[in-house]
Amino acid sequence: MKDSDAVYIENLTKKFGHFTAVDRISLAVRTGEIFGFLGANGAGKTTAIRMLCGLLLPTSGNGRVAGYDILTQSELIKRAIGYMSQKFSLYPDLTGRENVSFYGAAYGLGKSAIRDRLEILSDRLQLREFLDRPTASLPIGWRQRLALAVAILHRPRIIFLDEPTGGVDPVFRRRFWSILYELAEEDVTIFVTTHYMDEAEYCGRISIMHQGRIIEVGKPRDMITQHQAHNLEELFVDLIKGQDQADA
Amino acid sequence: MRKIRFIAQKEVYHILRDPRSLVIVFAMPILMTFLFGYAINMDIENITIAVADYDKTAASRQLTGDFINSTYFTPSAGKPAFQDPERLLKTGGAAGILTIRPGFAEALANGTEFELGMTVDGADAQLALAVQAYSNVLLSRFLLNQLPPGTNIGGVRISTLVKYNPDLKSSQFFVPGLVAILLLMISALLTSITIAREKETGTMEQLLTAPVKPREILLGKIIPYVVIAFLDGILVLIFAKVIFGMPFVGSKMLLLLFGLIYVTAALSIGILISSLVSTQQVAMMAALVTTVLPSVMLSGFMFAIKNMPTALQVLSHIVPARYFLVIIRGIMLKGSGLQILATQAAALVMLTLVLLTLASRKFKTTVG
Repeated sequence: MKDSDAVYIENLTKKFGHFTAVDRISLAVRTGEIFGFLGANGAGKTTAIRMLCGLLLPTSGNGRVAGYDILTQSELIKRAIGYMSQKFSLYPDLTGRENVSFYGAAYGLGKSAIRDRLEILSDRLQLREFLDRPTASLPIGWRQRLALAVAILHRPRIIFLDEPTGGVDPVFRRRFWSILYELAEEDVTIFVTTHYMDEAEYCGRISIMHQGRIIEVGKPRDMITQHQAHNLEELFVDLIKGQDQADA
Repeated sequence: MRKIRFIAQKEVYHILRDPRSLVIVFAMPILMTFLFGYAINMDIENITIAVADYDKTAASRQLTGDFINSTYFTPSAGKPAFQDPERLLKTGGAAGILTIRPGFAEALANGTEFELGMTVDGADAQLALAVQAYSNVLLSRFLLNQLPPGTNIGGVRISTLVKYNPDLKSSQFFVPGLVAILLLMISALLTSITIAREKETGTMEQLLTAPVKPREILLGKIIPYVVIAFLDGILVLIFAKVIFGMPFVGSKMLLLLFGLIYVTAALSIGILISSLVSTQQVAMMAALVTTVLPSVMLSGFMFAIKNMPTALQVLSHIVPARYFLVIIRGIMLKGSGLQILATQAAALVMLTLVLLTLASRKFKTTVG
């Protein structure tokens, strides 16, 4: 691996009993890259992300995230990364401000540091108007903005986003991606899963996962030309179909 | 430390903003104290009885008067029908019917054998037993009064002295048990629900991607509920003292110490449950079945352990409330010290240690 790699994994495998959820995947993501981690439902994306975030120990293989070993240094990894899951993971009965303060404290930020960061993020993510309402009463787009604020509050070097824009309207999705681009400009690495193919095209590089294995990695444009597909959606469907036929 | 404090503070927000949990936390202890103190009255007095007097003599009227004027019995509103006195039992008009057949006064005068009839409603076994016992007492008293004045029949009597609960009030029996159940319920039930809720909503996952140790999450979540459990315990005790005149003879510090050990056991069960289940509903059911139910049924709270089938007696040894109940009753009513309670205390400590070890192992492997 190179020092500039934010994520580097080699033969990473996770088995649950006899079922292999992630099957010997290898990958290198550079610092400041926006990396799209694609795959059908049940392909093993979430399991892979959970291993990278230190939520789950791999069965075999090894890897480094932010320069730390995923097998032995998960505490250090947790300090360096931000995580936003497909589930709405804020406390519905707390206000946005309370949620942010709570997670800020969980990341070890002091009171004034939390206040300063929240000030900056309120402008950037346009949170101000709904910061003092219980999050349960907010529309999903606003909640996702808050969840993103929580994920980047402690200035992580890498952000893992597991389907961050599920159920969000197109206007907000565009805005969300422009924020991700801004973060990438600041050398924050973005590791994102999505079901939206237009979003996949925003990524610098993508990988396509199928039944626990990574079957293709590259720049979206290159992949489309190489496989002579019309667009990413067609490519995605063709690749997975092809893989299924090869397996059969 | 700061992380633990923030988690605890967040937990307090959850409690204060959820009306349902507020009800469980504060209204239920008060409600239960009233229920057990007043409604569930195990003191048997003023049992309604009827007398069917077919003898109609001075002696039979005297006996009737002795029965219905005693504090044990009150006369039924309806008179027993001459043909079918037992009807009154079926309709619930009386719990017992004393039948005095003709010839009572005659037998009394001649000193011959005679049988009085007492028909009892056995649907309430305890009441039926009480009617029998009281009837024998009243009859003996009546017969003694029939003896010629100055008769000496010797002075042997049983002098019953009831210690620690001289009036045999059931509230004094129930309230310590209620404290035991509340401590357990709030610690085990609410903790397991709050952890399961974070798993269910996905916030646990979010929290675990932050550099927070499972130990910190656990402590932060537990501390508010321990405080609440103790506040509730104190609330019930104050209530019991003011309303039922509940005594507190022994050492409050000793009770507090055992209370802490007991709550640790309860929390361990709660954590064990929460690491095995993933939804609040299942957590609640599991907590009710494994903590509240056994504590009410198998701890000696309502039913004496020595009267249970052997299998249940054996099972009762793993119910923490069993030991704590003896301890709290001992301290409150008898002022028992550590020496007297040593066996129970040792058993409680052992059980707590086992549960705590199991819980901390399980919690680490599921979330860590």
